[in-house]
Amino acid sequence: MGKALDIKGLQKVYGNDFQALKGIDLSVEEGDFFALLGPNGAGKSTTIGVICSLVRKTAGKVSVFGHDIDQDFSLAKQELGIVPQEFNFSQFETPWRIVLNQAGYYGMPRELAKERAEEYLRKLGLWEKRNDQARMLSGGMKRRLMIVRALIHKPRLLILDEPTAGVDIELRRSMWEFLKEINEAGTTIILTTHYLEEAESLCRNIAIINHGEIVENTSVKALLKTLNKEHFVLDTKEALSQLPELKGYHCQLIEDHSIEIEVEKGQSLNPVFLALQEQGVEVLSMRNKANRLEELFVSMVSKNGGEG
Amino acid sequence: MTLQQQWVALQTILNKEIHRFSRIWVQTLLPPVITMSLYFVIFGTLIGSRIGEMGGFSYMEFVVPGLIMMSVITNSYSNVVSSFYSAKFQHSIEEILVSPTPNYIILIGYVLGGVARGLAVGFLVTLMSLLFTKLQVQNLAITVAIVFLTSVLFSLMGFINAVFANSFDDISIVPTFILTPLTYLGGVFYSISLLPEFWQGVSLLNPILYMVNVFRYGILGVTDIQVHYAFMGVMAFIVVLATISMYLLESGKRLRS
Repeated sequence: MGKALDIKGLQKVYGNDFQALKGIDLSVEEGDFFALLGPNGAGKSTTIGVICSLVRKTAGKVSVFGHDIDQDFSLAKQELGIVPQEFNFSQFETPWRIVLNQAGYYGMPRELAKERAEEYLRKLGLWEKRNDQARMLSGGMKRRLMIVRALIHKPRLLILDEPTAGVDIELRRSMWEFLKEINEAGTTIILTTHYLEEAESLCRNIAIINHGEIVENTSVKALLKTLNKEHFVLDTKEALSQLPELKGYHCQLIEDHSIEIEVEKGQSLNPVFLALQEQGVEVLSMRNKANRLEELFVSMVSKNGGEG
Repeated sequence: MTLQQQWVALQTILNKEIHRFSRIWVQTLLPPVITMSLYFVIFGTLIGSRIGEMGGFSYMEFVVPGLIMMSVITNSYSNVVSSFYSAKFQHSIEEILVSPTPNYIILIGYVLGGVARGLAVGFLVTLMSLLFTKLQVQNLAITVAIVFLTSVLFSLMGFINAVFANSFDDISIVPTFILTPLTYLGGVFYSISLLPEFWQGVSLLNPILYMVNVFRYGILGVTDIQVHYAFMGVMAFIVVLATISMYLLESGKRLRS
């Protein structure tokens, strides 16, 4: 497998001398589902902007499937589909025309474009709205329209900049399913998101960017392994007036029916259940308290100087 | 992109532009026809009948070519400036900028969109003028060539204005403060031979004078200036403006961060 994206020494200094990217190196393998995480202002959107040529880089090299974006810009762009963070289509056009026009900008014959537009608009539930003005669509529909538009020329690399921001849970889940489906069909996907649960459940590899630098670049599994503490919540049958005694564990009563326990890596949970049983506390259910990736993300970003 | 793909991209931009101004025809095609009809009634019929002949023709015959040209100029300009600036404002221009469409295709597409609207309005105004006077074209090739080149020239100007514009106010500055005065002083309503010598010299610095006069020459066969110089001047302007436009696109100034 080759590299879908290869970034070397990417720098971007804006006109006001703000250095948004400080020499980023990043590779994404073909077929990967890759997450690019970072707080606001970390450099995620600037990186994406450079890849799709909306931002002029100050230094460095970027290639998409081996095509340099400066020297082979036409071939590089043919491989690339972009779903930006902000809605960037004409609000007065219809989804049908927006998608067909985009196909035209990639030189796709009209008949083929119509076939594909119908296929994707149906798949993403926009077919009935194809002749409405785009401004009349809901926020979720507008996001899906941008996904259809990005896929119309069948790019091998799809980059989505916070695609599920402001989208309700049900729709978010259906978008995840769709993205998984196209990834399994061979499209490499790079995702930036604020929903870390999204990155954890969709992506295989991950890079964390902060203050214009990559502070972590590894697999999601490897990253999660570095967590040495987890928090569990135990829901009890009876209301508790005080915290049961659980020696060797840091715990607290968070509600009258819920105990939160901090468990270190490798530490067994059996003694907890034995102790609770001895004290007559019946446990009905147990859940992981927080998103594990979120904990890691917060600790990494705070190690690197907080939000930029 | 192959040549075939570039051709598809060009057709797409042109179709999009024609669809845009046709969809809002009440704002784009109808107003110039109404305005020019009022000019024909007021200047041609009411006032013109008291003016008498100009350049050997009735005032109505004299003024019609200038008014057609005026509508072509303003509509070519405003189509590109408003369409391209709106695309910038809504960020929908990014749809083209992230695609492999070469910059020169983007420029040609928008310019031809401006030409399409300029010629559509010019055609409608010409039809309307036939209700007031007879037009017997003396030289069809010159008439068509100058109207096309003028439309290209002002579409390019509209494009440059749109790239630099930061607000919708900015896209009306050039038409209000430059285009309208130059058009009114460009021999649309009078022959510069009526002016004192000094003002005749000043008028010769106005590029619109040459376009209006060549168009009038194509229709009536009379002109205040040398036709071949006018063509050369228009071509030179087109080359300069196209070069500036391409520089703006290639450098990404005000289009890419």
